[in-house]
Amino acid sequence: MATTVHEPPQIKPSRSPGVGGHNGWRNLVPSDGDLRAVKDYSPPPASTGIWVGLAAISMTFAALTSALVVRQGSSDWRHLSLPAILYFNTLVLLASSVTLEMSRRQVATFMGGVGNQAVKPTRWLYLTLLLGLVFVAGQYAAWKQLSGQGVYLASNPSSSFFYVFTAAHALHVLGGLGGLIYVINKIKNSVLRRSTLDAASRYWHFMGVLWVYLLLLLWLKL
Amino acid sequence: MPAKTGAGLKPEFVYEASMAKIFAITIVLIAIGSAIPIVLHTWYLPQDISTHGPLIDEQFSETMAEAGISFLAAQIILAAFIWIYSKPAAGTKIKTFPGGAMGLVIAAFLLVGTEVLALGAFGAKAWASVYFTPPAANALTIQSQAGQFAFYFRYPGPDGKFGQIHPELVNEGSQNFFGLDLDHDPAAKDDIVTAEMAVPVNREVHLLMHSKDLGHSFFVRELRIQQDFVPGLDVSVHFTANKTGKYEIVCTQLCGLGHYNMKAYLEVMSEADYETWLKQQATMQ
Amino acid sequence: MHDISTHPVAHHAPPETFIRKYIFSLDHKVIGKQYYGLALVAVFIGMGLSWLMRLHLGWTNMSIPGLELLSKNGAPGGIMTPEYYLQLMTMHGTIMVFFVLTTAPFAAFGNFFLPIQVGAEDMPFPRFNMMSFWVTFVAFLVLMASFFAGDGPSLAGWTQYAPLSAVGAVAGPGQGLGEVLWASSIAIFCIGQLLGSLNFITTTLDMRTRGMSMMRLPLSAWAWFITSVMGLTAFAVLMPACILLILDHVAGTSFFVPGGLVLNDQLQPHSGGSTLLWQHLFWFFGHPEVYIAIIPGMGIVSHVLIANMRRPMLSHRVLIYSMAALGVLSYMVYGHHMFVSGMNPLSSLAFSFPTLIITIPSTIVVLIWIGSLYGSKLRINTASLFALGFISMFVSGGVSGFFLAQPSIDIILHATYFVVGHFHLVMAVAAIFGIFAGTYFWFPKMFGRMMNETLGKIHFWFSFVGAYCIFMPFHYLGIAGNVRRYQAFVDDFMQPLIPVHKFITVAALVTGAAQLIFLYNLIHSRWWGEPAPLNPWEATSLEWSTPTSPPPFDNFGGKHPVVYHDPYQYGVESSTGDYVMQDSPEKVQSALPEEA
Repeated sequence: MATTVHEPPQIKPSRSPGVGGHNGWRNLVPSDGDLRAVKDYSPPPASTGIWVGLAAISMTFAALTSALVVRQGSSDWRHLSLPAILYFNTLVLLASSVTLEMSRRQVATFMGGVGNQAVKPTRWLYLTLLLGLVFVAGQYAAWKQLSGQGVYLASNPSSSFFYVFTAAHALHVLGGLGGLIYVINKIKNSVLRRSTLDAASRYWHFMGVLWVYLLLLLWLKL
Repeated sequence: MPAKTGAGLKPEFVYEASMAKIFAITIVLIAIGSAIPIVLHTWYLPQDISTHGPLIDEQFSETMAEAGISFLAAQIILAAFIWIYSKPAAGTKIKTFPGGAMGLVIAAFLLVGTEVLALGAFGAKAWASVYFTPPAANALTIQSQAGQFAFYFRYPGPDGKFGQIHPELVNEGSQNFFGLDLDHDPAAKDDIVTAEMAVPVNREVHLLMHSKDLGHSFFVRELRIQQDFVPGLDVSVHFTANKTGKYEIVCTQLCGLGHYNMKAYLEVMSEADYETWLKQQATMQ
Repeated sequence: MHDISTHPVAHHAPPETFIRKYIFSLDHKVIGKQYYGLALVAVFIGMGLSWLMRLHLGWTNMSIPGLELLSKNGAPGGIMTPEYYLQLMTMHGTIMVFFVLTTAPFAAFGNFFLPIQVGAEDMPFPRFNMMSFWVTFVAFLVLMASFFAGDGPSLAGWTQYAPLSAVGAVAGPGQGLGEVLWASSIAIFCIGQLLGSLNFITTTLDMRTRGMSMMRLPLSAWAWFITSVMGLTAFAVLMPACILLILDHVAGTSFFVPGGLVLNDQLQPHSGGSTLLWQHLFWFFGHPEVYIAIIPGMGIVSHVLIANMRRPMLSHRVLIYSMAALGVLSYMVYGHHMFVSGMNPLSSLAFSFPTLIITIPSTIVVLIWIGSLYGSKLRINTASLFALGFISMFVSGGVSGFFLAQPSIDIILHATYFVVGHFHLVMAVAAIFGIFAGTYFWFPKMFGRMMNETLGKIHFWFSFVGAYCIFMPFHYLGIAGNVRRYQAFVDDFMQPLIPVHKFITVAALVTGAAQLIFLYNLIHSRWWGEPAPLNPWEATSLEWSTPTSPPPFDNFGGKHPVVYHDPYQYGVESSTGDYVMQDSPEKVQSALPEEA
């Protein structure tokens, strides 16, 4: 541990606590004691938080993937034809990521004081929400189609994995829809923090990426 | 003026040399006391009756020596430091262990690193003798089946072939433990099913292991063999017993309420006695 | 202009109502105490279960008065049935590992002290934090409910190997509803822990106060941080495993059950599943889990020892790197639970090497602790006694790991009492000693009162000597061939070992009874203990800078501390004595030479 030898710094009383008062990686108080030189930026917790959440979700799907790989080695593995509607659902989900990006641009201009201040920029967000709901409905339609063909959760190992993966993903998408509703609510009724919007967007885009991965996995393995 | 260390703290929170000394002595007594039953072999490994056992037992003894020395050294030095440093004289300065942290890190890497790698490398040899050598061509093949809560064994009979297992035909009531199709399967007709396992001494045995229902395990302490039965996967082990006698085969994988009582006997006999036993079992089918 | 400032927000208004203050509280300190309370209830239930188990093992046919009230079927006339023993054993392990060892050192102390040690007002997501406790509480209730299921709780052990755990009620009592409740409880528990990890990680990375660099964090904070990262990955794997297990039970899937299984003369309607898959998924979680149980203890013990040695550890960084190395390596060793499982024997060898290598960071940690004692000024009080006891216990538990790390020796020790002795010494004793050290050390800050030191020392002596009397003999039993998870020892081979079991049972009952001294001390001191000074241990880290004990709602009374020093400036000359607090602007010359 290094010796610390320095003069006590002058703390400026005008610095209100909480605003920029939290430090990042290199925030040692310098030897001349001038706090103004200290880097104040620290990532907003929502940003770190969403990465943490995405890491956990990734581990869960990684565990399920390894289960699939092991299970696939069994003699009773049967090929499952993916219902065609899945491809439509994929486009819908990817489109929702596009609409979300459009809405972020709108929110940014709104926040910057440019453009029509009377209209809150929720239109594209509602569209994203709608597309998300269409996706979930489309997944449900895929399940209906399969069960109509007599393929259920326990019918064979590949169908088990199909339902487990798609249901797990859909559940997380529903969570993402909840996040979008929260963002819309904040814009309309109080203050939307930039980090909140970023976190919700990151989560939503991850749902799209995750879905593309799952679709590939299911298409290759099932 | 710097205040005196511990000023304001009640005495029982500060330097309590007498309790420290008692603690140090206790640690040493416990350490030595723990070592005594090991050194005296009060409770120790059962006798070894297998050809691969000596490698395992030697590995065990070496590990015990190294673990034992590490254990005693660590506890005694901990106790010594507790004794010595709990009554600092007034004005004592904090001292640093010679070599500091880096010295200890290097010591850990060198001592522990070489020791564990040596143990690992040598232990691989013992492991290989059990798992990486194929069974001998003339090994006696026996199949064991584990199911709630009993072991059964099957000898292939004069045709040297095992009949097919049909799970749907398993019936405890009619004693068809292996689910053999005695009516239609010629290989099954001469199979000899027994509740105990007999093997000739000094003859290699190739034990096929099949699970009827759940996870079980085959453990004969004296044989130095322990292997899980894996439902859905037929595994096998091979061994040579080199001492006659009767030994317990116990289940060591939790399999339900009867797990504690799930056992069979391994009888190691002379070649002649084994042949007699086998003929006798054949007549009882 | 709308406010889109980027500053992290942890402020929330102080609670007004009783419910907001004590029940659904957003305050990390209350949440920490709630977790502690949950762990306290759980540990006494778990200990009670172990008494029942030990009584039965020592005196198998004895009627235990009152046991028939707990379960009519499980203990008719007070005599425990074989299945009930296994059910109690399963609950004992599950409660202890999840609701005590993951909860107390990590969730309880971590929630209370991590935000304070980094200099924050609270964690960044207080609502998620509150949810994490209540979700964990619900998980506990679901698990307890399995005691009241028709034929009792699951009997498959805390490890729940398939197919026993997956085929359903046909496998045995408790494997119907009891099993589903077990798997549900644990899946819910995983969610609670993930919410907790979320807060711990973001607190450590984003909420540190001015001057608090990562290297200036106390060792306890580092331990909680490392543990929370591990928890994120480990619990996120156990949860889907439990869900797949539930599906095998209720939905007829065959993730873990192969075909061709015959139970009760009936062919089971499953096919193609893999029993080893469950083991891989479970132990991928299970091995990091045991490090999740011990690493906070290492951090707490280091923290407590430093204050009582009046010097920092020989190297702060080496301890951090070693704990981190333990965390990382713990993912690579999990196959050592599966050496004889039927997995490829080459894999067994492959897993044994990292298992042996993980000895190195463990040894470094122990050597640094012992090496730091050299030349120190060691204060003996209950907290430091438990911290020193932790070192002794960790060494004892650790050396038996040498044996189990080698597949060839595992052949003769797997599933014997040797394993049970090993993990009890490191988990049931060392980790619990870490909890005790933390309790005696931090109680004055949490409640503003001192715990009774005489009672504390009595508690320590019974626990230290008693724990060795209980668990050291387990190793001898294992070497002699005593198989584990047996409810009784009915064969000739085992008869000579039964007197050892009787001795262990007596030791367990006495040591367990001594824990009631701790409980009494805890409760009595909470309300009638001697008022504590703000910094009774003359310690340096930020929790001792709070203006009151217990700390005020926002931890520092409207101020944000500024950190000027490394966390363990002891052995210096300052106006306060031989130490300087982290947020003191006083200039000091360290008494120690420059160290890494």
